[in-house]
Amino acid sequence: MFEKTGIPSREMIMEKFPPIERINKGPVAVVECYKEIPCNPCQTACRFDAIKVGEDINNIPALNSDNCTGCAICLSKCPGLAIMIVDGSKSEEDIQIRIPYEFIPLPKAGDVVKGLDREGRHIADVKVVNVLNPKSFDRTPVITVEAERKYLYDLRNIKVEA
Amino acid sequence: MREAELVIIGGGPAGLCAAVSAAESGAKVLVIERNKTLGGQLVKQTHMFFGSEKQYASTRGIDITEILLDKLKNYKEKVEILTETTVVGMFEDGVISVLHKEDNYYKIRPKAVIVATGAFEKALAFPNNDLPGIYGAGAVQTLMNVHGVKPGNRVLMVGAGNIGLIVSYQLMQAGVEVAAILDAAPKIGGYLVHASKIRRMGVPILTSHTVKEAVGEDCLEKAVICQVDERFQPIEGTEKEFYVDVMCISVGLTPLNELLAMRGCEMKYIPQLSGFVPVRNENYETTVENVFAAGDSTGVEEASAAMVEGYLAGICAAAKIGYVPDNYEERKIDYVKELDDLRSGPVGKHILAGIEQIVTAGGCHV
Repeated sequence: MFEKTGIPSREMIMEKFPPIERINKGPVAVVECYKEIPCNPCQTACRFDAIKVGEDINNIPALNSDNCTGCAICLSKCPGLAIMIVDGSKSEEDIQIRIPYEFIPLPKAGDVVKGLDREGRHIADVKVVNVLNPKSFDRTPVITVEAERKYLYDLRNIKVEA
Repeated sequence: MREAELVIIGGGPAGLCAAVSAAESGAKVLVIERNKTLGGQLVKQTHMFFGSEKQYASTRGIDITEILLDKLKNYKEKVEILTETTVVGMFEDGVISVLHKEDNYYKIRPKAVIVATGAFEKALAFPNNDLPGIYGAGAVQTLMNVHGVKPGNRVLMVGAGNIGLIVSYQLMQAGVEVAAILDAAPKIGGYLVHASKIRRMGVPILTSHTVKEAVGEDCLEKAVICQVDERFQPIEGTEKEFYVDVMCISVGLTPLNELLAMRGCEMKYIPQLSGFVPVRNENYETTVENVFAAGDSTGVEEASAAMVEGYLAGICAAAKIGYVPDNYEERKIDYVKELDDLRSGPVGKHILAGIEQIVTAGGCHV
């Protein structure tokens, strides 16, 4: 179905998520690159040797979540915008996710925006914690939002109303 | 008649890279570009490129032109660029004729030529496909990303290849609603990371669908689409209507290389390379001696491959007319390896199957 709709199945998503124990320790990348394409900037960008594509640049990137610091450099470098950062260490009730967001208007910290799933459905209203848009991210702003823990595996996008 | 060493026809990614590597080898290069500005399709590619660092991965296409032009500046005395100049003929005696703007027509006799003329968009036949509001994806991208003009308010994208997916995303960035993306194929043709990022904005992707007709009085008002079966035949009773003011047609590209055919290069129809392409050797030299080709004109691929092909054709053409750099063999091996890497995955498999049919072993004119 994924190849017909662009919507990954629950099993595909779960395979890309680090174990919950790791997520609860602090920020970590989720690399949602499901199909082999010739591309390896995530590996090049990572200073911690946490993402490996290997000799053949068509390989699917493999994440070593022990090495990952959740720094989000790879997130801004992925041409497919396929990477997000999840963090379950902030509280028992909520999780934080960081996603790339290349649209205007940009939200501001404190705003409440619509949280969307991988089909673009509005699943919850989420609070914007932080907006990063440094020059080094090259016009791919990174937004941190906070949501109830139950949305960890569903929340993947936001919509900011003008 | 003007004399020249190496003429490169086309100032897009392949042509600019060919100019860099040929000039670096010491050849005098004349780049001929029909548009006012260099960069070809790069000038409207606002997204980050795939590939590896060597092909400027994760850099936006719009910024790659500047990178390449900066490289060319290192060889100022070797490189001349003619813009707003169209090569209109390549003749048997090796002479090419050019038209600068609308009234200055003259001839050039080069020692060698690299044709890097790119590709053009395929059309799609359906009733009323000439209504205003129905554009090729390239035109939509030019309007938005070069001229800052919104093509309309609500778009139906026809084609779920990389261009259809990327342009859909860019339309949304420009504040245009994308009603849906459809494709006659049973699977999404473009990279699935692109598909996912559009799908999570809520845009449905309808595979196994085609356009039945466009409806409108003076301009497009409505598109009617329907499902197709496995033989691409419309299935009755599956029609859906979309009230849209723009339809964007993105059903693939085909190599643009009539100049090579005119010059007498052997051409072959290769479906995997999206059309007629020149038979060539490993140095990207066609069956006509000293006539080289690179980029989409030799088969439609990603710009990353076009750039590497340009670099490779550039050093090979320069070497052919006497400018052999010290590390010639080594650099050739590196470029070939880069191309192999780009084509080694599932996406590159059918490209390789096409290339196999047009490459003759060894340097056939040496």
